Amino acid sequence: MMLQAVSDPLLKVENLVVEYSVGGKTIHAVSDVSLDIARGETLGLVGESGCGKSTLGRAVLQLRQAVSGKVLFDGHDLTELRGEALRRMRRRVQLIFQDPIASLNPRRRIGDIVAEPLVIAGVKDPEERRQRVNEVLSAVGLDPALVSGRLPHEFSGGQCQRICIARALVLNPEFVICDEPVSALDVSIRAQILNLLEEMKTRYGLTLLFIAHDLAVVKAVSDRVAVMYLGRLCEVGPSEQLFARPAHPYTALLIEAIPVPDPDVRPTQSIPVGEPPSPIAPPSGCRFRTRCPRADARCSSEVPELRLVAPGQLAACHHPLI
Amino acid sequence: MSGALLSVEDVAVDLPTPRGNLRAVDHVDLVVGAGKTLGIVGESGCGKTMLSRAILQLLPKKAKLSGRVMFDGQDLPALSAEKLRKLRGRSLAVVFQDPMTSLNPVLTIGTQLTETMQEHLELDLANARQRAIELLAAVGIPAPEQRLSQYPHQLSGGMRQRVAIAVALSCEPKLLIADEPTTALDVTIQAQILDLLAREQQRRHMAMIIITHDLGVVAGRTDEVAVMYAGRVVERAPTPSLFKQMRMPYTEALLAALPKLDAAPHTPLPAISGRPPDPTRPLKGCSFSPRCRYSAGRCGTEKPHLSAAEAPDHLYACFHPIAAGANA
Amino acid sequence: MATLELSLDETATAPAKRGRRLGTLFWVAIGWMLLVFAVAILADVLPLPSPTDMDMLERRAPFSVEHWLGTDGLGRDELARLIYGARISLIVGLCAPVIGLVFGGALGMLAGYFRGRFESIVVGSMDVLLAFPPLILALAVTAYLGQSIFNLTCILGVLGIPAFMRVARASTLTLARREFVIAAQALGASHARILLRELLPNVLLPLLAFFLLGVAVTIVVEGALSFLGLGVPPPISSWGSMIGEGRESLDVAPRLAFIPAIAMFLTVLSFNLIGDTMRALTDPRQGAL
Repeated sequence: MMLQAVSDPLLKVENLVVEYSVGGKTIHAVSDVSLDIARGETLGLVGESGCGKSTLGRAVLQLRQAVSGKVLFDGHDLTELRGEALRRMRRRVQLIFQDPIASLNPRRRIGDIVAEPLVIAGVKDPEERRQRVNEVLSAVGLDPALVSGRLPHEFSGGQCQRICIARALVLNPEFVICDEPVSALDVSIRAQILNLLEEMKTRYGLTLLFIAHDLAVVKAVSDRVAVMYLGRLCEVGPSEQLFARPAHPYTALLIEAIPVPDPDVRPTQSIPVGEPPSPIAPPSGCRFRTRCPRADARCSSEVPELRLVAPGQLAACHHPLI
Repeated sequence: MSGALLSVEDVAVDLPTPRGNLRAVDHVDLVVGAGKTLGIVGESGCGKTMLSRAILQLLPKKAKLSGRVMFDGQDLPALSAEKLRKLRGRSLAVVFQDPMTSLNPVLTIGTQLTETMQEHLELDLANARQRAIELLAAVGIPAPEQRLSQYPHQLSGGMRQRVAIAVALSCEPKLLIADEPTTALDVTIQAQILDLLAREQQRRHMAMIIITHDLGVVAGRTDEVAVMYAGRVVERAPTPSLFKQMRMPYTEALLAALPKLDAAPHTPLPAISGRPPDPTRPLKGCSFSPRCRYSAGRCGTEKPHLSAAEAPDHLYACFHPIAAGANA
Repeated sequence: MATLELSLDETATAPAKRGRRLGTLFWVAIGWMLLVFAVAILADVLPLPSPTDMDMLERRAPFSVEHWLGTDGLGRDELARLIYGARISLIVGLCAPVIGLVFGGALGMLAGYFRGRFESIVVGSMDVLLAFPPLILALAVTAYLGQSIFNLTCILGVLGIPAFMRVARASTLTLARREFVIAAQALGASHARILLRELLPNVLLPLLAFFLLGVAVTIVVEGALSFLGLGVPPPISSWGSMIGEGRESLDVAPRLAFIPAIAMFLTVLSFNLIGDTMRALTDPRQGAL
């Protein structure tokens, strides 16, 4: 089922299933998700909290054990790598987190934090490390001489996120997973960080998986967007096309729910009441059917497969909008 | 100022910190008419939450408040603790950002709803219960009777916020303060909660203050908007004219920094450079001037006052306002 | 793209200077500790009478120029015994918690980091150790191995391991879920590196604060054991054994019990005060403001 095959994929996720138990109950966090990310592209991954988008990001890095499925990075299946081989692959993939302050060790100096990946990778020469650290710190807009000796709590959230980006870039990775990198930041800082990520992407030739719950933010940076609901992919497509003509009713709902800063756009009262069901016992068939205005008997009995609805656009729906 | 339900006059809040005095709210004036909705917009640390705490008289113990807060003809800072408590439950209600912390985790939802009504409305238990069921139904909670015996942790975040709204509405308040009511919620739930607040506000003809960092939240849902920056209100206007003819460069920059749905991917965002000033080290001039692209001349040395230049209800604090109609 | 905006002044103003407001109480505590440590270390060179020389003619003598704090029931100089007793109390009080800190801390960090079966085994065995009556353990060990400072230290140290384990495990559990640890894992850091570089510096502080509390508790417990005759063997004095001996003459010379009790009280109080202040001082703040 490689419908979404892109040319030259850097990352291929195939039928990935991630489940874990909390208090004896199994959480179906990611169910049978397949995704391709082309070299040099930014794939946006959106969904509401608890839809499994962060788990998917961590499962790619093998920080979460997959139940089944493959994660092919540049042709190597990461789920089969162990120990040193996995550690070596991980250096090519980096992660940026939502809470920039929590992702920096409060007791270590910025210079050491950013140099840490180099130490782990075995760069022995301290002078070489220092040079590389200074280079990335300058690249993210921080003055190395000013920040290196300081502790994380002396910086604001936006500055800490810059430090996190510097740490992620210090090893020259090919692929960066950004897990809600701006949702903890204020509007005026958010734009700075989004611009910085775009700039870094061009400068270092990165491929990005950009995970966020805010569609407008995702659209601003992504070439393609994937929508997730309760552990399954609903829709994947080029971002402009997906926003202009969503095929899945859930995508349409998400777009409609975004508050628009324009007093003339009267908020629609058509948002269906209801909330996502629990990932412990997801609904049968299409998982969105309990909130979907178009749901019928077929939706509860048959799991919709992702299929092509428009060039490059796939949706998993029995009754797509297009 | 006829019909003003709440008027905040020259309110300032000072907080002592280890780094020196922090002026959280810097001489703010606001008026909310009965049945009207005011949006207060600002980034974290701009003083919007402290301002709401000042209105509710729920400031931290160390905080110093000056100025007057007139609510329904009474000066709140001058009231006794007992009178304030009565007022807060009855005619002045609040909904917080995190419903998990505003609801008591060890009491059932029914108890939390009926207790307030029994105390403030002097209802007996049967009537209070009946009203609680009606309220839960009104805020869109399915199977309200069964919910009464549940605890907050058994509900989802959106449902908890609905319960918190039901508690706030239970005594028919004249003013509801919603402090970031949807920040902790998902987009689809946020839309539902905002719709719910708007509907209940109209039905009960109560006044409402929505505090948020998101200009999108206030755009279609308020009568008037006040934009706060570094403790001060920097622009205040009826919602349509604020969005159509904004004069304050900060408001403009804030709106421009939001990613737009209709923009093509990879469009660079006009970011506001720098970050807000340290509130313990106030600037001599306009607080926004170091980040403002129009800053010139006296901006760095003199504080602009909030004043109305052309339209009487459109106030802004800027020496170099954006020309009217420039961004229509 | 205007992203290079970090100017000099904003980072320059960021750190707030702390300290200076430690309070007089803290400095009084430090002063007392310094005094106790100094006299304990210098006991042999100080012009003191021997703490074990008995003078049966001057039993329970009052304060005098010759005996500043008088003499005890066997005519030994009370001040000398108090100072030599401080040695024992401090040696036991410092060494025993070190045993707890090292073993309990290591076990707790490993349990909190690796979780799973290892954690269950560690927690389970610590519960067994906690449930074991400490007095019986002390009795058993002194009965088999004899009364000595070394044995006493070991007993108290082992008894302290569960508490240190719990503190270390609790902080490791919360820290291991923090994103900086996940970030290190994502970077491909080894377990040893994550434990030593990322977790240890953060776990060490709560452990050290608990260590000072442990010192205070150990001094008291050592006193109690010595009071019961399970502590240091006579004629060596410790504060606990001095209180125990003074008990016999509470009616005629209550000072013999009270003077070591006051010394112990002040020392324990000082350790607690210093511990609290240190914890408050070294707590890294979570945000810039």
